[in-house]
Amino acid sequence: MTVLCLLEHEAGEPGDASLRALSLARALGEAPGDPLVAALFGQIPAPGLEVLSAFGVSEAYGIESDELDSYAPLAWARVIVELASNLPAAVVVAAGTDRGNEVMAHVAALSEKAMVANCLKASRSGETTVQVSRQRWGGVLVEEAVVESSPVLLTVALDAAAPEPARVPAATRLHVHRPLLSRSDLSVKVAQWVQPSTGVSLSDARVVVGGGRGVASPEGFGPIDELAGLLGAAVGVSRAVTSAGWRPHSQQVGQTGTRISPELYLACGISGASQHLAGCQNAKHVVAINTDADAPIISRADHAVIGDLNVIIPALVKAIRERGLKNT
Amino acid sequence: MNLLVCIKRVPDVGAKITLTRDAQEIDTHLLGFTVSPHEECAVEEAVRIVELRGGTVSVLTLGPPEAAEQLRDAAAIGAGRLVLLETDGREWGPMATAGAIVEAVRRDETANGPYELVLFGNEAADTGDYQVAVRVAHALKRPCVTGVKHLDVTDTTLRARREFRGGEECFELLLPSVVSVKEGINLPRYPSLPGRMRAKRAVIEQTTPTWHEDPVRKQALSDPVIQRRRAEILGEGVEAVPALLGLLEELGVLA
Repeated sequence: MTVLCLLEHEAGEPGDASLRALSLARALGEAPGDPLVAALFGQIPAPGLEVLSAFGVSEAYGIESDELDSYAPLAWARVIVELASNLPAAVVVAAGTDRGNEVMAHVAALSEKAMVANCLKASRSGETTVQVSRQRWGGVLVEEAVVESSPVLLTVALDAAAPEPARVPAATRLHVHRPLLSRSDLSVKVAQWVQPSTGVSLSDARVVVGGGRGVASPEGFGPIDELAGLLGAAVGVSRAVTSAGWRPHSQQVGQTGTRISPELYLACGISGASQHLAGCQNAKHVVAINTDADAPIISRADHAVIGDLNVIIPALVKAIRERGLKNT
Repeated sequence: MNLLVCIKRVPDVGAKITLTRDAQEIDTHLLGFTVSPHEECAVEEAVRIVELRGGTVSVLTLGPPEAAEQLRDAAAIGAGRLVLLETDGREWGPMATAGAIVEAVRRDETANGPYELVLFGNEAADTGDYQVAVRVAHALKRPCVTGVKHLDVTDTTLRARREFRGGEECFELLLPSVVSVKEGINLPRYPSLPGRMRAKRAVIEQTTPTWHEDPVRKQALSDPVIQRRRAEILGEGVEAVPALLGLLEELGVLA
């Protein structure tokens, strides 16, 4: 059985989400000799090829086209559909990123097949059936399901099992594929790209200081901002805070905001609704400050302080400053 | 300019989700219902576009008779026409849902003229299938962009921006087209009192689409295996600050 995996990459190096997808795709092959095929848009340089080999990719297609100088979802999907039908692939896998889910939805629509988003696990259960565990409610729930389709189309959740190289690296054969694309396939295409602004990005921050309804007012965020500054942390907030207009949505941690995975998440005055927990379940260490000892966040935290953040945070800021003075 | 927004009624889950005994769905006995957050923003965005450029906002939902409540919520902030594709309690997969929406759009467009823009939320809060908008766009042969966080519409074109790797990418599309948006594109308004009164009286057009079985068959739902931690309480109030400071030191997050 052949499995085809779409990989997103930066300068030929597949990203973490794509490597998780590739690891899940490899596990779907039932026999050691089953072809694992990777498709990347652009040229595949030597370091990229080494990664593919380590992950057990037997065939790699570098899709090159002058017209695909920027991302075009429908064109990408058209190429994947053709590749999948030529191989033919029994399963097509992509990362559950914005682009991965978008391209796979186009693949599904073009081929009139089912698509299963954000899988955590998948295993073949029949000639054309795959057993999957997939995320529901932004990852707060998991659904076991069986999908029958040819091919089966899956995307892989961003917090599925960590990427794992193959036990034995494969001798990856490299192919250059030059697709023929119609004008209509290219009608939606990235026209312009704006660089990220500098500063601590919430999704990559090592430390996040979070504020919720307990902060009580926009002005109440002063001490939270100050603490974040002292810790080199990003500020994250709950949906209650952005819905009230106290803080911009770009700072929202949650199912419909940003997903964070810091070493430390200091959640202040956040009760811990499912919506919020979906965004912070990958934090390594959670410390909650809350007046309510029974708040759901407390049962998800490693450490907690029971009390009013509006008193505790200013005191903590003062203690950190004093410690700094003592140490200099 | 005529706009259509597709929304979904979902349980308004708080902190703890309880499953039914057969693990097929969420136990909604004690829950209220709402609309998926992304879709709430899609309705707001459509109303803003029409306030700026003139036209109508229609809102459609596929769901049980009770989903009329979510249509009225949309009417309360400015949607005009309300369309309910009524279901009988069975679960609808994304392929069947897209099919029913396409049928309704074709019917509407034959009667009332074309929709320049059909808006969706990027993904529903409950199922998160990430595909209904794209399927509808394909069936209607219209260009589509998903996950949009900023939208500028003219009479014939739209510019859509969305996040990518911490920056932004921008698409330019010709109308008519299909767009799915994400929360954060705007801050939805609260309904005014006259808006709520108008919504109460609004007429809901109702049809019953044909259900189709989805190729993905659900077996059971479960809570994922995240270790439920039991927090170690460092203390109460400011007296806990030295312990908190010690913990931050231990975690190596202090300079």
